[in-house]
Amino acid sequence: MQIAKVVGDVVATRKDENLTGLKLLILQPLTPEGEPVGRTLVAVDAAGAGVGERVFFVRGKEASFPFYPMEAPVDAGIVGIVDHWDLG
Amino acid sequence: MLLAKIVGTVVATRKDPRLVSSKLLIARPMDPRGKAEGGYLVAIDTVDAGIGETVLIVSGSSARMASGLKDCPVDAAVVGIIDTIEFNEP
Repeated sequence: MQIAKVVGDVVATRKDENLTGLKLLILQPLTPEGEPVGRTLVAVDAAGAGVGERVFFVRGKEASFPFYPMEAPVDAGIVGIVDHWDLG
Repeated sequence: MLLAKIVGTVVATRKDPRLVSSKLLIARPMDPRGKAEGGYLVAIDTVDAGIGETVLIVSGSSARMASGLKDCPVDAAVVGIIDTIEFNEP
């Protein structure tokens, strides 16, 4: 899993039927220091996140597990909203 | 998932039988500002996308969960046509 900031959203009317009702958000992965790192990506939201929030997300097929038994064709999914994090 | 622009199509007569009647598209991944990013990829179309459209691509084993691709040998599928992108600079 990785920490990221929600920096936007996308709207798609025409899409796979198993994506219906799912929120698609644009994520910018962050370093532990909170700096942007790597490319932005689109993730499905399973935690009720919104633009501007810091979240953590999973990559791969596991991103569809929160929507089980529906088989959503997604490869990245937000699974938690970060309140704060600490570095030792 | 990736945002991408469809830039072409691929035709292959000889292919895995599970890919028969699938439409193959060439996509160029892009960032939310519309700037091209990284290399091109070939993706299976499941939403009737066409050249010039901005689409959502799912990759890896999740691509097989797209409609009609169960057990197909694919690792990238077009699963949505993007209407709008709202993006705030991080």
